[in-house]
Parts: sequence; structure tokens; C-alpha cells
Amino acid sequence: MQYNTPLPHMAARGRLLATEMVHRAASGHLGGSLSAMDIIALLYGEVLRINVNNPRDPDRDRFVLSKGHVTPALYAILALRGFFPEADLALFRHIDGDLSGHPEMKHVPGVDMSTGSLGQGISAAVGMALAGQMDQKSYRVYALLGDGELGEGQVWEAAMAANKYKLSNLTAFVDVNGLQIDGPTAQVMPVEPIGDKFRAFGWHVIDADGHDFASLRSAITEAQQHTDGPTMILAKTVKGKGISFMEHVAGWHGKAPGDEDYAVARAELEAALERLEA
Amino acid sequence: MAEKIATRAAYGKAIAALGKTDPNIVVLDADLSKTTMTNTFAETFPERFFNMGIAECNMASVAAGLAACGKKPFMNTFAIFAAGRAWEQVRNSICYPGLNVKVVGSHGGLSVGEDGATHQCTEDFALMRAISGMTVLCPCDGHEMREAVAALANFDGPAYLRLGRLPVETVTDTIPGYKFEIGKGAVLRDGSDVTIVACGMNVQMALKAADILAEQGISALVIDMHTIKPLDEALLLEAAQKTGAVVTTEEHNVLGGLGGAVAEFLGEHYPVPVIRHGVMDEFGRSGAANAVLAAYGITPEGIVARTLAAVAAKR
Repeated sequence: MQYNTPLPHMAARGRLLATEMVHRAASGHLGGSLSAMDIIALLYGEVLRINVNNPRDPDRDRFVLSKGHVTPALYAILALRGFFPEADLALFRHIDGDLSGHPEMKHVPGVDMSTGSLGQGISAAVGMALAGQMDQKSYRVYALLGDGELGEGQVWEAAMAANKYKLSNLTAFVDVNGLQIDGPTAQVMPVEPIGDKFRAFGWHVIDADGHDFASLRSAITEAQQHTDGPTMILAKTVKGKGISFMEHVAGWHGKAPGDEDYAVARAELEAALERLEA
Repeated sequence: MAEKIATRAAYGKAIAALGKTDPNIVVLDADLSKTTMTNTFAETFPERFFNMGIAECNMASVAAGLAACGKKPFMNTFAIFAAGRAWEQVRNSICYPGLNVKVVGSHGGLSVGEDGATHQCTEDFALMRAISGMTVLCPCDGHEMREAVAALANFDGPAYLRLGRLPVETVTDTIPGYKFEIGKGAVLRDGSDVTIVACGMNVQMALKAADILAEQGISALVIDMHTIKPLDEALLLEAAQKTGAVVTTEEHNVLGGLGGAVAEFLGEHYPVPVIRHGVMDEFGRSGAANAVLAAYGITPEGIVARTLAAVAAKR
């Protein structure tokens, strides 16, 4: 379902909105939101067959944000896509709003699954894909995980189940930014080689550049054409992408920028947006 | 001779029968379908049965995903794994979004017997009851279980259903005026001196205890409280006002389950002596089911002793 804003603009606007949200709320997960932004923008801007006027259409494609803490990315993109007014983002993580810290399907239009407890979203996506397979529906299910999230045993339970049922209507991404709260994933709990692990679990695995729309697009097309089970797209990303002092820094996983840092970040993101519009 | 059937067996038949009339019902199991008795459903509707292997946490969240796409999943395993191991998935994937998943915990309580403490779940009511929006059921016999399964199929929202391992005598089918409704307890025997509130197989024990008490001149009102949450507060209040003392009995820790629920309500709204009968904050152990129950005082005689204490505490 084509969206009329060019993807680079959508993602750049998304980064600006996400940074505003986290700064205003003085809490939220910016590092992983910025690494995942391009993937989420591509899905909502171009890939998902959805209708903003009928967000619960039973035949729609689904997206499950298994790394649920990156709501600044998801909510910004949902707002840009028209599921709710951009002004609502001002109440992110606020007691007077519905945009809670982690995705919540009951009150937020466009959210397909309540997530936030890591490992559970990918299982729910397996359930959605199973339901579609049973009823021979044509909808597809997409899920996004973090590389730190792969430490949850449940991810591997879900991976086995997706292979058992040959869920070729399921495409998952890992946002491989290499960092988690306590530091590099390689130190906290080594998870590489991720690709070999998923291949051993029966998945079709594709490597992609998580900040290159052409690379992601080609991976998604390949996933859609793969008919013998689920596909995992390993999207290599940069945590904090787009804000120079946040890039590759684990410390920005769940920390909100103060006023000074925010001014610098905002200037960088606005400059990036201006370059696109020039 | 009354029918004698384990509630898990009655459940297995009921869910298989329901499969015929409701195409949206799907059943998940975690490699225990022969003992949770979902195997009849599995054989009849293989395309709607998902054996998720020994992975209960994944099963709970997969069930949530199925429900989010309009299916009516019943997920099955032993109570200790459904309510225990997968607790956080039941809370966050199922109950928080209010998804229509029925969490079915078989082999609840000490009557698991030989498998011992690791498999004897005496905490499931407490665990499930503490989750906002969760409905908690523990029917006492085959007849009530069939009624409960039918009611749950038409109940839109998360619910926990405990099944028992042992065959138990069917008692609710001969009670005049008995009608099953989620959230409404059933008075199985009228009385005036004390109320015994029971669930699961302790209902049959409570009826036997009431017979013994009658011989001692004590008239016990027996409530079959098959729904632990939401608790039938109106019925409880009426019974407490009428009898002035309450005993609860369950195959569960006395902390946090049926006894906890009853004590919480009456403590706030109509304080009368409430004596809890059940597992006294201990782990179970291996043995023949009836021997284990006897070792922990989960018997009609155990209920009688606690009921006498409640009557003595009346002012």
C-alpha cells in the first residue's frame, strides 16, 4: 500500500518526532528506535497492505514490534501514516495519553499486538501467521526483534514452531545493532552467529543493510517469494542512527537527552531533513 | 450409581464436542495431549490442533496471536506450567490486551499424586487471580465441567480453567435448580450453622463433611464456588449473614486462592470467623493421590475439623 511521502523523508521525520517524544517525556528508548526506524518506515510506507481507515481489517498485513521498547519509532511512523494525529505524540508516556511506553493494541490504532516483554512478540506473530495459514488468508505477518532480545529462550521456541508449521507468510527482522542496555551484545551474551542459528532452526536467512531501503526492499521481496517456511532478515544497523553522538553508544539505549543534547540532536536531524528537501 | 469421571476427561470430551459446532475453536497443547485429554480433539480436528512441544511460554503467546486473528484458542498443559512457567506470558500476551484465550491447567493440586511436588500445583488460583481481567474457574465434577466449557466457549476474554486428574463422583447433576453460570456460585446443600465454600474435588469432600457434621447436630450450608474470580460476593454475603461463620476448602495453598478471596471479601464487608482449609503453605510429595491428600488433611474429616473450629469461633 503506497504512501505518498518518500521513504527517506518519512524516516527522517520519524527520527525527529521520536527524538522530540523522548525528550519531552524525559524517558524512552531512543537508541534502538533510531536503529529500527528505516525498517519500520519501509514497512508502513510501502510494504504493509493496511487501511488507516480500517485498522482492524481482518485481512490486513500485521506488524508485531517484538522489541516493544522502540515505541518512539513505531508511534512516530503510525502518526505519519495517519493512524492518529501527530499531536497525540506529545502525550507519549504521559498519564493523560494512550501512548504508553510499550505498544498497546487496545487503545492505539494501528498497533497489532501489545508487546514489550521481550520474546513474546515473535510468538504472537507465529500465532497470527498460523491463523492466516489455517484460513488460507493472503495476509502476511512481519515482526521486528532486537539482537539483545535473542537472549530470550522463547525466541527460539517460537523459531522452532514457525519452522514446524512452515510459516512462509511470516517474515521477521532482527535489528542487529550489536548493543543492549548493559553494553555490546557480544559481551553481555554472545548471540552470533545469528544467521547460522536461524538457518539451523529451519529459517530462510537474508542479510541486509538496515539503513538502505533498496537492500531491505530486496530482502523483503525475496522473503515474500520464499514458500518453504519463515524468513529472517538480519538487518545490520547502527544504534542511535542519525544523531552523531548517539551512534554506536549503548548508553543511549534507554536514556532521554537533556536540553543541551536535544538541541544538538534536533539540529542534526533538521539538517538531514533539509538536505532531503533541497 | 452416579457417574464417576475426572474433570480432565469430561473436559476432553466437551472440547472435542464443541469443536463440531464452533469452527473457531483451536486447541494447543505442549506434549501432554494424552493426559490433558485434548487428544480426542486432536484426532477429530487435526487442522485445528497445534502441538507446540515442550515450550509453554511460546504456546501462551502463540495462543494470543491466534486470538488476535479471531480464533478461540484453548491452551493446555499441566497447571504448574500453564499458571506457573507461562505466568508472565499469560499476563502480558493474553490478559493485558484482553485476548480471548482459555488457559487450561490440568492436574491441579496434590491429587497429581506420584509425580510429586514439582508437578502438584497448589498456587495456580493465586497466580491467575492476581492478574487483572482474568476469570478463574475450577469445576467440581464432569457435569459442571461440561457446562463450564460450553460457557467458556461463549465467553469473550481470558480465563483460566483448572482440571483435576482423579475420577470424581458427579454431584451437581442431581441438585434441584442447579444452573451453571460463570461468576455465580451454586448452593448444593442448605444449612444454618456454618457455610462451607468449596471448589474442585473439595466440593464432594465438603458434602461428605456436611453429612458427618449433621450427625453431630451441625447444619452446614455448602457452596460450590466453581468461579474463584469474579467471586460471587452476593451469595457469599448472604451465606455469611445467615450462618455467621465460613470455612473455605480447596486443593491449593491456603494463601491467595479461594480461601484468600473469601477472607478478603468478608474481612472488608462482613467480618465473621473465616477458617481456611487446604494446603498449609507446604509443598506436596509423592504418593498415591489419595494417600497424598490424606497426608495433608485434604479429606472430609479434615474439613470437619476446620468447620468445628469455625463454629467454635462464632460469638
